[in-house]
Amino acid sequence: MDVQTLTYLVVGVTFAMYIGIAIKTRAGSTKEFYVAGGGVPPILNGMATAADWMSAASFISLAGIVSFVGYDGSVYIMGWTGGYVLLALLMVPYLRKFGKFTVPDFIGDRYYSQSARTVAVICAIFISFTYIAGQMRGVGVVFSRFLEVEVDTGVYIGMCVVFFYAVLGGMKGITYTQVAQYCVMIFAFMVPAVFLSIMMTGHIFPQLGFGAELLDATGNSSGVYLMDKLDGLSTDLGFSMYTQGSKDMIDVLFITGALMFGTAGLPHVIVRFFTVPRVKDARSSAGWTLLFIAIMYTTIPALASFSRVNMIQSINGPESQGVPHAEAPMWIENWEKTGLIKWEDKNNDGRMFYSNTETNEMNVDRDIIVLATPEMANLPAWVIALMAAGGLAAALSTSAGLLLVISTSVSHDLLKKNLMPNISDKKELMYARMASGAGIIMAGYFGINPPGFVAAVVAIAFGLAASSLFPAITMGIFSRKMNKEGAIAGMLAGLSFTTAYIVYFKFVNPAANMSENWLFGVSPEGIGMLGMVINFVVAIIVCKMTTPIPQEVVDMVESIRFPKGAGEAHDH
Amino acid sequence: MSFEDAEKAKGYWNENLKLVIKLLAIWAFVSFGCGVLLVDILNQFSFMGFKLGFWFAQQGSIYVFLILIFVYVKKSNTLDKKYGVDE
Repeated sequence: MDVQTLTYLVVGVTFAMYIGIAIKTRAGSTKEFYVAGGGVPPILNGMATAADWMSAASFISLAGIVSFVGYDGSVYIMGWTGGYVLLALLMVPYLRKFGKFTVPDFIGDRYYSQSARTVAVICAIFISFTYIAGQMRGVGVVFSRFLEVEVDTGVYIGMCVVFFYAVLGGMKGITYTQVAQYCVMIFAFMVPAVFLSIMMTGHIFPQLGFGAELLDATGNSSGVYLMDKLDGLSTDLGFSMYTQGSKDMIDVLFITGALMFGTAGLPHVIVRFFTVPRVKDARSSAGWTLLFIAIMYTTIPALASFSRVNMIQSINGPESQGVPHAEAPMWIENWEKTGLIKWEDKNNDGRMFYSNTETNEMNVDRDIIVLATPEMANLPAWVIALMAAGGLAAALSTSAGLLLVISTSVSHDLLKKNLMPNISDKKELMYARMASGAGIIMAGYFGINPPGFVAAVVAIAFGLAASSLFPAITMGIFSRKMNKEGAIAGMLAGLSFTTAYIVYFKFVNPAANMSENWLFGVSPEGIGMLGMVINFVVAIIVCKMTTPIPQEVVDMVESIRFPKGAGEAHDH
Repeated sequence: MSFEDAEKAKGYWNENLKLVIKLLAIWAFVSFGCGVLLVDILNQFSFMGFKLGFWFAQQGSIYVFLILIFVYVKKSNTLDKKYGVDE
């Protein structure tokens, strides 16, 4: 069977499985739709949350980014895992005890204010939309690369599948589908990484092979450590040293922080921990989530360095003389057809050469690093097929989770809690499904007409989450004094500072976006952390100058601080 | 109120805070400390074939994060039992 047929087969089987699961576990009530009835076992919830968290960008692009920037890529590796420590220790046990459905629910109740709820709803919807725009594009890209259909057709197919199981199944259907998607995605990611590790270093675990000595052509240890080889190649070819990177330390610090605190403030992540039965399950579920994410996130940097060495050696040859194009490995030829690798023979010697100086003749897209691994490791066609299914699983699972936040925000936070408080459970469910549908259409639109600013907008999403929702939630739990005036002023201050800074450097005056012009040398990607500090400071000052909070809110804060009684979750 | 008295409630919360602060200090030390601020110093040492600072930034910090969460799960469950507020 050729790769094409095999890919159709594997992708078809996985899609059928997702839809089958969705039909079996579809939601019947708003509680099932929003929080899966609150009865998901913690390990399964961890797996589902991991799938929700790891997007098409994590699966397809992250290893490529790390591969090209080395140490600088650590901001994503630490930033997108470290946030879970904050979630587990500072947020999820208390929010689970609080026992309602959404982040705006908590902010609205804790700060006894519709305006606070509205600010939170706007943040939640905005953050989720910026994310989902990228996901649908990911679906389209995977379809076009592996199945040779138009990107647009790929987006339509992806929209139909997500529509079917997110709208029908709600959180319950999504959770169980995501468990299956996690398995598909992790298997697809690990198989090529393990084989590449064995081929290059003789280690089964990429995490160990990463630090080991390279094997030579005869399969014996060459005496050169992979990392030393990589540093040597990088400096010889005019790149900055792989293990050191080129970003300023202060910027690395702030970006890492913004991503960590941003992760802990993302509504589609927080809401996942409302689905488990008890407070202690919420705590352990955060641990399981990080474990399942860590399997991939500790492999990503390893894969990045294997592919980097493999790629440079395939192009430049062992003696750095350049490999004649006619003798290039198959995968280079295959990916040249897609335009993701380009070769321009500047010195007309018929040889390829890759460097960071004027001798460079190659243009290599970062996404190659993951997508081409099965071919680099000489793996059979079914692994390539698996890769397509894995990329789709990553994109679909994240889209579904985000759609749910959008539909919940509209039907529950905006309609039920704000505009039409008297609607029935059934009506609310109908509006939730309608909002999901509208969300998919919007996402599909952005998938087909991708805005050029997706990457910039994602920086805003994390910045907003870090500078608005994270401080409001943690102060709501850890302070018995923080009042609505303080919280709202803090959120607005953090929000407007962060947005203004990012909008200025990304849209208004992109030419000025360089470290000399940045405040304290912090790039727009890292500014959310400063926004967070501003939020805390403003909130505390305003709180000191305004009226104390009502006694019943103090009682509520005290009651969420210990687990007992969370089992009687609030139905409403 | 599930605690016997206000004194107990305060004791529980203080112990909980102490635990969280301790664990978050380690969290900040391995990520912001070893992975970023001290990276150049730690890179002088070699660990399992890596420069130590680089290893912390791309591997070690994640392992420590994992341990921190599971330690927290275990200790906070014990704390709940001690004060009789477990489920």
